[in-house]
Amino acid sequence: MTRIALTALMSHWVRNWLQLAMLLAGLALATALWSGVQALNSEARSAYATAESLLAEGTAERLDHPSGQIAQDRYITLRRAGWQVSPVVEGRHTLGSARVTLVGIEPLTAPQGAGPALAAQDLNAFFAGRAFAHPQTITESGAHDLDLHPSDAVPVGTVLLDIGRAQEMLDTEALSYLHLLQTQPAGMRPLDTLAPDLRRVPAGEGAELGGLTDSFHLNLTAFGLLAFAVGLFIVHSSVGLAFEQRRAMFRTLRALGLPLRTLTACLAAEMLVFALIAGVVGLVLGHLLASFLMPDVALTLRGLYGAPVPGVLQFNPIWAASGLAMTLGGAALAGAQALWRLWHLPILAPAQPRAWARASARGMRLQGGVALALAVLAIALTLGGDGLLTGFGLLAAALLAAALAVPLVLAALLRLAQRGARGPVAEWFWADSRQNMPRLSLALMALMLALAANIGVGTMVASFRATFIDWLDLRLAAELNVMPASAQEAAALHPYLSDRADAVLPMMRVDATLKGQPGQIYAMKDHASFRDNWPLIDPVPDAWDRLAAGEGVLVNEQLYRRAGLQSGADTLDLPGVGALPVLGAYADYGNPLAQAVLTLPQFQAAYPDAPVRQFAIRTSDAAGLTASLQEEFGLSSAQITDQAHARDLSMSIFERTFVITRALNVLTLSVAALALFAALVTLAGMRLAQLAPLWALGLTARRLAGLELARALVLGALTMVLALPVGLMLAQVLLSVINVQAFGWRLPLQVFPADWARLALWAMLAVLAAASLPALQLARQGPADLLRVFSRDR
Amino acid sequence: MTALILDTITKSFPSAEGPVRVLDGLSLQIAPGSAHALTGDSGSGKSTLLHIAAGLEPAQSGRVLVAGTDLTAQDDAGRAALRRGSLGLIFQQFNLIPSLSVAANLAFQARLAGRHDAAFTDHLADRLGLADLRARYPEQLSGGQQQRVAIGRCLAARPALVLADEPTGNLDEGTGDTVLDLMLELTAEAGAALLLVTHSPRLAARCDHRHHLRAGRLEGGA
Repeated sequence: MTRIALTALMSHWVRNWLQLAMLLAGLALATALWSGVQALNSEARSAYATAESLLAEGTAERLDHPSGQIAQDRYITLRRAGWQVSPVVEGRHTLGSARVTLVGIEPLTAPQGAGPALAAQDLNAFFAGRAFAHPQTITESGAHDLDLHPSDAVPVGTVLLDIGRAQEMLDTEALSYLHLLQTQPAGMRPLDTLAPDLRRVPAGEGAELGGLTDSFHLNLTAFGLLAFAVGLFIVHSSVGLAFEQRRAMFRTLRALGLPLRTLTACLAAEMLVFALIAGVVGLVLGHLLASFLMPDVALTLRGLYGAPVPGVLQFNPIWAASGLAMTLGGAALAGAQALWRLWHLPILAPAQPRAWARASARGMRLQGGVALALAVLAIALTLGGDGLLTGFGLLAAALLAAALAVPLVLAALLRLAQRGARGPVAEWFWADSRQNMPRLSLALMALMLALAANIGVGTMVASFRATFIDWLDLRLAAELNVMPASAQEAAALHPYLSDRADAVLPMMRVDATLKGQPGQIYAMKDHASFRDNWPLIDPVPDAWDRLAAGEGVLVNEQLYRRAGLQSGADTLDLPGVGALPVLGAYADYGNPLAQAVLTLPQFQAAYPDAPVRQFAIRTSDAAGLTASLQEEFGLSSAQITDQAHARDLSMSIFERTFVITRALNVLTLSVAALALFAALVTLAGMRLAQLAPLWALGLTARRLAGLELARALVLGALTMVLALPVGLMLAQVLLSVINVQAFGWRLPLQVFPADWARLALWAMLAVLAAASLPALQLARQGPADLLRVFSRDR
Repeated sequence: MTALILDTITKSFPSAEGPVRVLDGLSLQIAPGSAHALTGDSGSGKSTLLHIAAGLEPAQSGRVLVAGTDLTAQDDAGRAALRRGSLGLIFQQFNLIPSLSVAANLAFQARLAGRHDAAFTDHLADRLGLADLRARYPEQLSGGQQQRVAIGRCLAARPALVLADEPTGNLDEGTGDTVLDLMLELTAEAGAALLLVTHSPRLAARCDHRHHLRAGRLEGGA
């Protein structure tokens, strides 16, 4: 009996294979977009774990110095005093054709970790110069004289080697920091008397990559979830329409004696099979998508956070299993309504279109109620919520409320249009559009969501871009930037540059924890370059003068907002300096770390060992000065960057950051177009019975096809109009809530009508493409097909 | 002017055993105001004949003239215009427009043809007993009421020729008789010709002329 019932149910899909293809495509695409994003996240997180496990960052404490350097004799002193410490040297170095981070360790004293384990494989070879790197780093670095061995345990862009060799290559005798082993002998002199200037950093605090990149991954996850939801709209729409088409079959099967429980189980089994098939296809597509996007994501994470993420994706079975579970869950969600309706379907239910429309009207009222409740929740979250998750909760509630309201608003607009219609065809056009609204509503909701996401994210990116360019132009006021290779070179360069440039602004910094956040303290020389080009947020009166007088600090916007600081009212505690009043904040886009700025003399007094990392040079002859620096000091072109180069570099990082956002945007819109196509194709089969009488009454098939096309365009255009305010709301929330929570900066909302016009054009083309096939089929419908409607009379 | 002329119409359908000729040189003339019944066995070609007369389906040969216009010489748009302007179609399954109210359905074809006369439509609605149902939608009506709306929709456009395909086939005998009475009465009142396809000799007997379709040709014509 079950087999026969299944055969009957499946016969529908055999006859409606395109509808089946749409259902499977919807589920597969939803899975692909979700699992693709998850694959990217999982790969990045696994890379962070690799980075942290290289030197057992999660388990060993560190000792470091605010200057970032520890003299080697300090290490010897501590060892002699009995402290179990192990030295580490880290630094950037050009290896062949790649910039890499050299990590030098002393394997005999190092705490457990993947790095020391690699070295221990052959200690003699390690001491003799063997180094380890990720295979991708070996490929990227090309030709060089280092004895590099491949290992997946080393993060991308890092080279692990003996500490002596690392010091030699980095041209330094200092250490970067010391690892403090967990087990220490008893009775030693305390560290705070032995080395009072060294800072003890708890295990795991130095490795904040996971924390820093959380917001990036949360953004990706949110987009993946949105795409998944849009994909589920297709599935829900296809399943719902198939239910309507098979309503008579269900009644017949029930009337013939098939128990309701068996019929429901058959329908659930059918959904399960579809979900499994689509899930597997979706996983394959998701893996391909993630592989395609991985290089850009890796570049973004490296550019934004310095996170060592490989550009190549590995297959992860846990990812595949969770992706498939998501598909099954999504399919269950999308099919639940159909199963519920089947369970409550009376055997003798009438199968009239208006009856369905009326039943849908009841559903619409319920939908309106849910939309209203969600809107109230969104308002409540706006007024009372805080935190990134609350921000995403607000976005989800507002978007869902808007999506649920779409069919109601469209139905109201169509009713208005019907009232104003002149002529029978126009009247029928609007009335018929309204009647078919329940069948199209899911696809239109998906389209609205995709368009709103496009407008919202597009506006956010464009606003950010415009603000970023203005900010960059001010920030990059210096014509040249010179990076000395060592403290000696810096000492030699300073007087030379002072004699030849209009102004020399040394850049010095130390690492520090600011208000509990990882951060840096910078030195700033009092100069018009800063006063004129750094617009301050909430400054106290005469902020620059007070900074120059050493009466306070400036902080970056990230620290200002995250720590909830108030200029003039709050102070900031700086190690080695003490508490200083906050004088104002400055924009600092793209930097994940907290930052504070002190005036140069105050900084040098507090951190005398901090090296000059860079000189910003104001000069009217950048080319001449570059040439003389190269000639006199033999500086490489990598050590001198001009303004244009720095600007290009910043812009390229910015553009790369949003590559994945744009890609997901386009994909989401494509999925929505597919949802509309699926709905229209399915509807086309059901529409014939509604259109044939009009043809018989004297409207040509071509005109009817034109009207069908016009209907899709009108609905698409109205949806676009509705998506505009929703998209702007989304942009506003992204700019003023999500960005502030995730990155720490707030940006002004700017509107870009030309972008909307372009999107509207694309949306209309997508709608046109989706509606063309069904319309073309109708236009080409021969009399035989249309007559079949009347033949069914007998 | 003759309402309908069918002149040596032939029509075949392909089948596994080769083409089956359902209409074999059939000819028929219907004068204005006259009511003709067409009977025949299932599959004899009654509906095909009606569809050809309505321009819904082409004949393989022969000519069809509706109110003096050669339907066979028209393109799709021409045939559609003729259906709008000169023909009224009534189907067994009513084929009302479900998204429109009874009032909008009644006026629909007349408005399509550009001949809407609100007073006449109201008069028809009264005669058909639909005056109180005008605000309702088709699915809120009984089968008999729906077919009365279909008749009203057809006659409100003042067609020269009404083509009715088993108009009472979906109704019980009592309701069917009432509907047929109204249809015959109102068609005659409007001066329209009627071609009624039915397999009921009892209903056919109520028309002025009766034809029986057998082997692709008409018998009778009394």
